[in-house]
Amino acid sequence: MSTRQFGERVQRREDPRLLTGNGRYVDDLGRGALHAAFVRSPHAHARITDIDIADAWELAGVEAIYTWEDLDGRVADPLPVLIPHPAMTHARTGHCLAKDAVNHVGEAVVMVVARDRYVAEDACARITVTYESLPAVVGVDRAREGAHLVHDDVPGNVAANLRQEVGDVDAALAAAPNTLTLELAIERSACMPMEGKGVYARWDADEGSLRLFSSTQTSTGVRAAVAAKLGMPLAKVEVVTPDVGGGFGVKIVHPWPEEVLVPWAARALGRDVKWTEDRREHFVSSAHERGQLQEVTVGFDDDGRLLALDVRFWHDNGAYTPYGIIVPIITATQLLGPYKPGAYRVEFWSLYTNTVIVTPYRGAGRPQGCYAMERTMDAIAAHLGLDRAEVRSRNFIQPDEMPYDQGLMFQDGRPLKYDSGDFPASLAKLKDLVGWDDFAAYRAQAEREGRRVGLGIGCYVEGTGVGPYEGGHVQVETSGRVNVATGLTTQGQGHQTILAQIVADELGVPIEDVHVTTGDTRRMAYAVGTFASRGAVMSGNAVALASRVVRAKALRIAAEALEVSADDLEISDGVISVKGAPGTSIDLKTVAVLSNPLRYAFDTSAQAATQFAGTFDPDKPPVADDDEPGLEGQDFYSPTQATFANGMHAAIVETDPVTAEIRILRYCVVHDCGVMVNPLIVEGQVHGGVAQGVGGALYERMVYDEGGQLLNASFMDFLIPYASEVPTVETDHLETPSPLNPLGIKGAGEAGTIPVSAVIASAIEDAEGLTIRSMPISPAELWELRRQHSPDPVTAQEGPR
Amino acid sequence: MSEPATEQMLDITLRVNGVHRTAAAPARRLLSDFLRHDLGLTGTHVGCEHGVCGACTVLVDGEPARACLMFAVTAQPHDITTVEGIGNDPDALSPVQQAFTQCHALQCGFCTPGFVTTISAYLEDHPDPTPEEAREAISGNLCRCTGYQNIVKAVVRAAEIRRGEAT
Amino acid sequence: MKPAPFVHHAPRTVDEAVSVLGEVGHDGKVLAGGQSLIPVLNMRLASPGHLVDINGVAGLGAVDITPEHVRVGALVRHAGLERHGGAAAALPLLRQAVRNVAHPAIRTRGTTVGSIAHADPAGEMPSVAVLTGATVEVVGPSGPREIPAADFFTGPLETTLAPDELVVAVRFGRLPAGTRTWFTESARRSGDYALAGVALVVTLDGDAVAAARASFVSVTPVPDVLDLTDLLAGRTVGDLPLDAVAEAVRAHVDPESDIHASADYRRMLAAELTRRALAACTTDHTEGAA
Repeated sequence: MSTRQFGERVQRREDPRLLTGNGRYVDDLGRGALHAAFVRSPHAHARITDIDIADAWELAGVEAIYTWEDLDGRVADPLPVLIPHPAMTHARTGHCLAKDAVNHVGEAVVMVVARDRYVAEDACARITVTYESLPAVVGVDRAREGAHLVHDDVPGNVAANLRQEVGDVDAALAAAPNTLTLELAIERSACMPMEGKGVYARWDADEGSLRLFSSTQTSTGVRAAVAAKLGMPLAKVEVVTPDVGGGFGVKIVHPWPEEVLVPWAARALGRDVKWTEDRREHFVSSAHERGQLQEVTVGFDDDGRLLALDVRFWHDNGAYTPYGIIVPIITATQLLGPYKPGAYRVEFWSLYTNTVIVTPYRGAGRPQGCYAMERTMDAIAAHLGLDRAEVRSRNFIQPDEMPYDQGLMFQDGRPLKYDSGDFPASLAKLKDLVGWDDFAAYRAQAEREGRRVGLGIGCYVEGTGVGPYEGGHVQVETSGRVNVATGLTTQGQGHQTILAQIVADELGVPIEDVHVTTGDTRRMAYAVGTFASRGAVMSGNAVALASRVVRAKALRIAAEALEVSADDLEISDGVISVKGAPGTSIDLKTVAVLSNPLRYAFDTSAQAATQFAGTFDPDKPPVADDDEPGLEGQDFYSPTQATFANGMHAAIVETDPVTAEIRILRYCVVHDCGVMVNPLIVEGQVHGGVAQGVGGALYERMVYDEGGQLLNASFMDFLIPYASEVPTVETDHLETPSPLNPLGIKGAGEAGTIPVSAVIASAIEDAEGLTIRSMPISPAELWELRRQHSPDPVTAQEGPR
Repeated sequence: MSEPATEQMLDITLRVNGVHRTAAAPARRLLSDFLRHDLGLTGTHVGCEHGVCGACTVLVDGEPARACLMFAVTAQPHDITTVEGIGNDPDALSPVQQAFTQCHALQCGFCTPGFVTTISAYLEDHPDPTPEEAREAISGNLCRCTGYQNIVKAVVRAAEIRRGEAT
Repeated sequence: MKPAPFVHHAPRTVDEAVSVLGEVGHDGKVLAGGQSLIPVLNMRLASPGHLVDINGVAGLGAVDITPEHVRVGALVRHAGLERHGGAAAALPLLRQAVRNVAHPAIRTRGTTVGSIAHADPAGEMPSVAVLTGATVEVVGPSGPREIPAADFFTGPLETTLAPDELVVAVRFGRLPAGTRTWFTESARRSGDYALAGVALVVTLDGDAVAAARASFVSVTPVPDVLDLTDLLAGRTVGDLPLDAVAEAVRAHVDPESDIHASADYRRMLAAELTRRALAACTTDHTEGAA
């Protein structure tokens, strides 16, 4: 028997290569290619009145300089609105190079192609763009006021306004014995993968074809978009995703201007062209997320049960809306978490500002929603003097209520219907893990030592594995090597390992024989992309289904060869044998030989498939009408709806009574992503997610000044936590299978990030006894909050102010 | 403009991973770019080019340093070790590399070479670190994927492997 | 983020270096460790036409210890100073402070003298220089001169150094027997520029304080010394007027607000760090001087 791989802590297949300098990221490719660099707007909002490129042409090594005027065909048109929505009445997108006006600092204005990046930057420095400055709209408050407009033809800066209501919220609020209103704020952060974006285009003039390498989360999306922009047949465009140094959402947006311009320039110049985004560019010309102002009104009974929830929020979508309103839709729907809200109404306004675009970042609107809901839960508990876990528990959807329809439309246009989950069991595990019931004693002990500690909690439900589909292709070579392809891309999640685990089990082959290719349109032309924690659910099930196709074919051929019934056969370790009679067997690789009738043998094993090699029925064609040559198969997995993973986190923090420095002493996670393919990888995803969440809660923010300048566009000042700032994460798992897919799995990629700001706010509030309504929070801000809250105690030495 | 239209090229010779390598490059060529683009040693990654992230960390005479904060021309008198010098064969991993895969201490792998070089040097001086010391030792390198927890584990595990201890 | 072109000079002697500096004037920059300079070049916030790379200059790499001083040459890396047992024994404050300079990989290349010449108010070593009454050794076209650290720093990133002068060494003053030292700082992340930091020297006479001084990181425009002797002289360890010291610090420092913390916060932090440093310094049994 092959050792079962599914569910095991299998070491990653991709590691040895990546550990030894043998990874191949976009910038590792294309030695000798020309390099692109961009002149980017230093203004948040301005009209372009003149561009002078004469000086730049003087430089040796400059091959091309392009402005919008030079662009032709559809390359000159605005970039596509990727996800249109009826509520998005005023979608606006930018151009590949700014046409007439710029709407955020960092917007590309001029493209330079040169011998190397050094020279390209020299040329950029010699280009003079003259601007006529316009008033900048920065922050939700300014956008909401609408005194100035980002786009002249978008009144009130409103890109979209969407309202959903379940039940009669006004009536339920009016009847509720208790109501509270919370005004909440959450600031911008960003994905910040360690590798920025990158594009490398090889133009083949002889074939009139393009091979594009991009650090993207969707190779098929880039391919379709680039072919359309460049007016090329799809058949002449290949997009390959090499190793990708992290994505976290930002690389799902496509086509980025550079993804169009680099191949366009390669074609125009007949040369290979490469662009590697540097860190400063990534800060000002990629994407951010999270910034929202929220207003929550909640009605609840004296036991803390929700009767009505009325939420309004204002979402900062930046200068353009290429990715539509996915992020605020997710906030609006996933805000509900594991709870039954009573009547629910949510309305949001998605607003333009003169800042970098806002598109999904790990969690994609869920951290904001979770923050709103969980702050509300804590407020209810505080109002009623109840235990915070107990209030949550009283509002849980119960296991016997699954599947549970929240009555809303989710981000995929389908019902928000939870497939499974056991929230009471998750909470019980969490309380156990963190020692919830012992915390009072711990706190008392800490107080005696002059220490200030607090306990926080946060719960979430995460819609994962959204459609429309992914595909799997499985091919057994005559050597026994199994090639697996799926179209979605990978950027560190270990897809090459987990998909190999699944195929190895389904096909009955050693995992060492299985080789997985992701994100290469040459191998799988139909795919959607990597986002919404969907890789394992979508491609996992797709390769499982494809493996089953191949397995069935292998058994059929083997049955003929062994003259037994296929039902009597099993496959293990790459050998097909009769159940109970292992001596009667045939190797899978031999079946692969037999699957492809040959005229020409290429080696001795192939001779078995040639036309004089064996007996055959002269009345039948070598390949049956309903069959194809080769031991391979393809299938697609397309679900009716998303799966819903969930989790609950708790943290213990300590705050310095004087300096307000905040330390996370413990961080506990109970996570339920259905059946785990590889717990080692799931835990890694949770750890990394929590670390990003900690960044978002305590360290990271995008600080814009009123003029729209990003003040901290470097790793010196945008504070991604180091190891010294990230707590050890203690994890426990619940595995509630999803009834929706053959493998019973749900997604795990984003989960860790979602509740962290909520949990840390909860814990700091608990430690400090003051309300937290804005995140992230720094020591200086906490100290200031203390000062506002009580002008006296610890800061008394400060004297009168 | 005062800059010369054509920049003077220097023959820069570095001793990298024990081998002398020469390429022509201007004085401003960063060591990171020289290794990657002039010598083709792409294992050294570039994450920020201002010395904060640590992805480009190489060993200069055995000590970790940021390759993006050195000019290749200045590096000439030194022995440079890149991740390829720690171990370039996927079938023959160094102790640190083995520990990384055993502990799932990498995800996207982009920051990983900087961690591998940093930790390899650290363990030379600190053969038996505690988890707390291990965490401090890696606190000059950014990783956006792992949350560091498994890297801490890998440092301790690598020390065990170096000392010849079994799993 | 690639530096603009420059002419690279690689002098082999101090005189050669000084002579090149004289020729290139304000269009030249000295490259030693480069850990502050190169990020600025990569971002093209500065693009000097000439870099005078002193890494090949002979005779600048030594740490010398005399009864009065620890003399640190211009090419001594932070890491080298940190490791130097003799320096740590002669003036423990050096190791206490230099450990706080960024991360080890930066300390491998960055030079202690370079960080003093750079005169960043957020630098640790300038503050140690003034606190120990250091002397900055400079060579210019007319020969060597010596500048007391107290006179060297004139503003953030500004010193009395002329463009054609090279700092060849800094002599940190050793402290009297019975002196204890402490260095502490607080940053958002490990290795970041401190929000506030303090270096402290306390000379004891038995159980009583004979003299005490402090200097600060990130909260004064130039590093300068706050003399705490009047407040502390004669007071016994364990009975120090910590609140009065904190008050003196608040009055002394003059921090600015930035995106990481307000001026008020930094002022509070400097005072609190000093209070804690003083308590730790006087109760810890590590002798601060030898």
